[in-house]
Amino acid sequence: MAWTREQMAARAAKELRDGYYVNLGIGIPTLVSNFIPKGMRVQLQSENGMLGMGPFPFEGEEDADLINAGKQTITELPTTSYFSSADSFAMIRGGHIDLSILGAMQVAENGDLANWMIPGKMVKGMGGAMDLVAGVKRVVVVMEHVAKAKDGSVEPKLLKSCTLPLTGAGVVDMVITDLGVFTIDKKGGSGMTLIELAEGVTVDEIKQKTEAEFKVALNGGRSNAA
Amino acid sequence: MDKVYSDARSALAGLVKDGMTIMAGGFGLCGIPETLIEAIRDSGAKDLTFISNNAGVDGIGLGRLLETQQIRKMISSYVGENKLFAQQYLSGELELEFNPQGTLAERIRAGGAGIPAFYTKTGVGTLIAEGKEVREFNGEKYVMETGLFADISIVHAWKGDTEGNLVYRKTARNFNPMMATASRLTIAEVEHLVPAGEIDPDCIHTPGIFVKRIVHVPNPVKHIEQRTTRKRAEAAAPAGAGEEV
Repeated sequence: MAWTREQMAARAAKELRDGYYVNLGIGIPTLVSNFIPKGMRVQLQSENGMLGMGPFPFEGEEDADLINAGKQTITELPTTSYFSSADSFAMIRGGHIDLSILGAMQVAENGDLANWMIPGKMVKGMGGAMDLVAGVKRVVVVMEHVAKAKDGSVEPKLLKSCTLPLTGAGVVDMVITDLGVFTIDKKGGSGMTLIELAEGVTVDEIKQKTEAEFKVALNGGRSNAA
Repeated sequence: MDKVYSDARSALAGLVKDGMTIMAGGFGLCGIPETLIEAIRDSGAKDLTFISNNAGVDGIGLGRLLETQQIRKMISSYVGENKLFAQQYLSGELELEFNPQGTLAERIRAGGAGIPAFYTKTGVGTLIAEGKEVREFNGEKYVMETGLFADISIVHAWKGDTEGNLVYRKTARNFNPMMATASRLTIAEVEHLVPAGEIDPDCIHTPGIFVKRIVHVPNPVKHIEQRTTRKRAEAAAPAGAGEEV
């Protein structure tokens, strides 16, 4: 059985450490905030200018001046601070944020990441993604293992090299998919390693669905994400 | 010299010319100078270049100036929420320059601070670095980006005084403080206008030197793009950063 979105988020939450400042992308990465272990202090940064992001507001308490980078209404916490976009990206580019968890269209075995444009389609823009992957200390990608097209065809997303324009070159440290977990040695250049399998998933199944070359080093066998 | 103008139209009178470059604060629809945008629409100026993180949505914010086809070029990081934008871009009426959000913020900050260019690792090895100088510092590659400076900046603040000192509120701050510094003439709209001396000098975000004209816009209509709430019983998990990918 492949992991669900919640199980992928729970697995990503295992990368959190006490005291971390973390930036979460939209989609599955946002769900990671539901799995922060009790008692662990993690401050979430929103690149539109907020550190210490609280939960969504109760109905009727929404504040148009208080949104996250996905333009969703949110709330503040006792730990919250607000700042300009320049200060926000000083935190990001300056390496002060410990961890960025974000989605991807493609990841290559050397750590290249593509998640902002598909040539020939209307491009919405990269927003803060290029700054995040270039500046944050550790970058974890959470994504489906393969892309399923409307006609039912399936394309691998873990590739030898990205075919889409890059968001960052050699930036990804870890990829969590619905099938397993890979580490990438983006600095050392020794490539990608499969370190965990989702329940009931085999190495052969992953090999079938992966274009990228990878080593296998399953620590303690199967992992139980959720 | 009195910086306070009675309304947005008089604050902009005679300022906006065809072909100008204008910075407009805001992130999404949060902290946008909407009243000043409407006054620019009413000025009828065309072929404008706008530097703004986003392009509003249909009928709100800079979306209004797309309706009247007054914008020729946008310098932005994300324009996904605007159908008219896509239409005008795909038909070639509208030019678009994408900047990574942090690079855009720093280009504006640098422009306002008299710094013509800087190096950043954002975008190295991507389309963004094409045609730009790449230089190595301490074994790492960085791409050179230039500072931005506009003819006019329009910003939205929560509170301002008659000297032009500004205070922003929560995440409505975003690009407004840098943009206030990065033009020949900055006009601020403020929700609360107070006499000089009333704002604690320790709490001023934008010193009045950067603001030449100020307009009082009490009780502005504020828009929410993604109204998200939780039920009273739900556990209070943080909402997540919702990064734009």
